[in-house]
Amino acid sequence: MQAIPLNHYILLCSIIFSIGVIGVLVRRNAIVIFMSIELMLNSVNLLLTAFSVYRGDATGQVFVFFIMALAAAEVAVGLAIIVMIYRNTNSIDINVLNRLKW
Amino acid sequence: MSTFYFIAFLSIFFSILVITAKNPVHSILYLILTFATFTVHYILMNAQFVAIVNFIVYMGAILVLFLYTLMLINLNKDSEPQKSNTIKIIGFIAGGCFLVAVVAALKAYQTSQLVVLQNPNLGLVKNLGKILFNEYLLPFEVSSILLLSAMVGAVLLATKEPKTT
Repeated sequence: MQAIPLNHYILLCSIIFSIGVIGVLVRRNAIVIFMSIELMLNSVNLLLTAFSVYRGDATGQVFVFFIMALAAAEVAVGLAIIVMIYRNTNSIDINVLNRLKW
Repeated sequence: MSTFYFIAFLSIFFSILVITAKNPVHSILYLILTFATFTVHYILMNAQFVAIVNFIVYMGAILVLFLYTLMLINLNKDSEPQKSNTIKIIGFIAGGCFLVAVVAALKAYQTSQLVVLQNPNLGLVKNLGKILFNEYLLPFEVSSILLLSAMVGAVLLATKEPKTT
């Protein structure tokens, strides 16, 4: 059994989370933005599992299971919305959807 | 010991490729590789149930859903919208600020204990199933309602509305 310092897990997960944040801010393709959100959810899952192993408490892994169910539901609804947007506007560029801009 | 650092390097590398790839299909394929490295992380922590669920649900179901939607939408490299360079630089700076804040908080906290697995059957299916069906039975049932409503909502949203006029 190998032993990694907890700090390194936190560092890895925060790097991947901020890559996801940068992806949401930088890209304009709606599907790539969705994939960045998946990246963020996954980094949080990894950190929850690391803390669960660190504390010797299985509750964290149960929460990872719930987050995965939530992510599946979110992706199904979100991709349906993207398909609907594409059908109405013929593009998935999010700058087309600027009605809420002030 | 060095396996973790190699896999961590691979996951950071592939996740950077996800957000920089021009073609959306390539970035989905890189996302599959990123999730594969996450599965290896779970196996290294002996969280077998989470590893298998990650493999089946994320790499199997969700990424296939992404690819299928991309096929329906029929994007190619020419129709890929690009943001201006200023917006890109501002986005990188904002994400970098977030990372710096988290790392600074970590440095201020200043602990570095090792992640050691005390109970070897912590992440096994038997142990997790007992916890899931005893303490978390109600959230489990509620999540089934969530999945059902998401399915109905996705079908309702994605079907074409009949012309009522």
